[in-house]
Amino acid sequence: MADSLANRVAVRDRTVVASATPVRARRSRLVPLLYTAPALLFYAAFVIAPWLHSLWISFWDWNGIGVATWAGLDNYREILADPALRLSLVHAFGLIIFYSVIPICFGLVLAALVANVPWKGMPFVRTVIFLPQILPLVAVGSVWKLFFDDDGPFNALLRAVGLSDFTRAWLGDFTWAYPAVGVVGTWVSTGLCFLLLYSGIGKIDPALYEAARLDGAGAIHEFWHVTVPGLRREMSVAATVTVIAALASFDVVYVMTAGGPGESTLVPGVAIYRLTFTAGQVGTACALAVVLSLLTCAVMFALNRLTREKT
Amino acid sequence: MIRSMTRLSLLAATASVLVPFYAILAASLQPQDNLSPGLAWPSDPQWHNYVDAWSTGGFADLMKSSLIIALGVVPLALVLATLAGYGLAMMRLAVRGPIFALLMLGLALPYESIVIPLYYDLKSIGLLNTYWAVILPLIGAFMPFGVFWMRSHFESLPPELTEAAEMDGATSRQILRQVLLPTARPALTTLGLLYFMWAWNQFLLALILIQDPAMRTAPSGLGKFIQAYGRNIPLLSAGTIIVIVPVVILYLFFQRHFVKGILSGAIK
Repeated sequence: MADSLANRVAVRDRTVVASATPVRARRSRLVPLLYTAPALLFYAAFVIAPWLHSLWISFWDWNGIGVATWAGLDNYREILADPALRLSLVHAFGLIIFYSVIPICFGLVLAALVANVPWKGMPFVRTVIFLPQILPLVAVGSVWKLFFDDDGPFNALLRAVGLSDFTRAWLGDFTWAYPAVGVVGTWVSTGLCFLLLYSGIGKIDPALYEAARLDGAGAIHEFWHVTVPGLRREMSVAATVTVIAALASFDVVYVMTAGGPGESTLVPGVAIYRLTFTAGQVGTACALAVVLSLLTCAVMFALNRLTREKT
Repeated sequence: MIRSMTRLSLLAATASVLVPFYAILAASLQPQDNLSPGLAWPSDPQWHNYVDAWSTGGFADLMKSSLIIALGVVPLALVLATLAGYGLAMMRLAVRGPIFALLMLGLALPYESIVIPLYYDLKSIGLLNTYWAVILPLIGAFMPFGVFWMRSHFESLPPELTEAAEMDGATSRQILRQVLLPTARPALTTLGLLYFMWAWNQFLLALILIQDPAMRTAPSGLGKFIQAYGRNIPLLSAGTIIVIVPVVILYLFFQRHFVKGILSGAIK
């Protein structure tokens, strides 16, 4: 709709402009570009240029100090060949389950429940549930690192309810460290997903619910056939935002496990940091950065397509 | 039944957010030789832990640095985003599409993918280890969100608002300053608060682009603090709460802006 409006404006403009001198017309059309230029300049200098530089470095074998030698695609081959680096990408995609899938499911059920039952306590719930979104992720990681500590509250909780057999050093455990780090993502994203979906439910046409009810549909049927389809857009927005956060996760992992034990929680962000500052493999680090950003853009593009087709 | 189930699940969700906070608050008040804090509230709260954490962590310097960086980013980023948002809203050139796409990419690009070259680039121009090393890249990285945010604000206004001024022969500058800016206050406040919070919270860029620990943001300082005092749980908990408190206060004061900004910012 915005586009058709823009077109109409453009058409009207052309008729106005026709009477003015061509030079003036051209200048007035370039004015918007001048307004946009400073922002684009900053963006180009500090985001696009470094990204291109990253791409350039990724074709070189360079330790960050000495002379670089041309490596062609060797760094990319190394990412595929090196089990740890490959694993870091697998971990990043696995985090999508914790950052996106589980929070969206939770949020969906919660939003559907709440929509039917207005409650005075809602503003308070909203305030609390949104809190993880504004906290520095390092502090969030720190909170959870303490929570999962060998002698920390989580084990104390398990002991208190008679599950002492399950207590363990969660973040030092090769099997459990990854889900423990993932849970933090669920904790951070759930409130956001819930509130996004909750605000979306309010925009669903009430007539759809009435029609479903007239057809004798139960609450479950209503949920699957009215609420879920009606929230397509909000779900895709929630998915986009949280998937980006999952793939870019660094702060939480860096603080909680730094990728360990071994490589069991290694994510690309931490791998890039390690490759650059401890292994001196800047070329490989940049190749991983390029792969990560391309994968992120691809996922975002796919999610965008997915929702546009059906609406 | 549904009613009580709903409340129960909402309370459970709320509690799951609050329990970890309660746990570290309790832990932060334990004696520093207590290595297994558990969940119990300390019998003799050690408020002195906060004083110790504040001085050993150097949080006075860190807060100052976080503030300098945030205040360096916000005004310039707001001005640039407003100008560009206005520019895009009135642009009818064919380059509009490509500019859009380019900015869209910026929303998905992880900081990890630009921070390594930034490290070497800023080093070569001598800006590494200065506040500028974080301020300038953050302004650049904040442009996509801000430009889209301001553009959608300007486009949400009724066209008659500017048409009248155009008829009177007002220049684009006059329209922006006298007609559009007065309407933009709420949008600018929200954007400014989000920018401030994101800059204050910034971790990765500050960690890599500033080597002097005292010049880093509070979260980056916390990262180092955790590595240095890993086994002193009460001290660490106190340090974590010190870093959290300023953001939480800001959030409680301007809650509506934060919630609205992040929710509708995501949708736009």
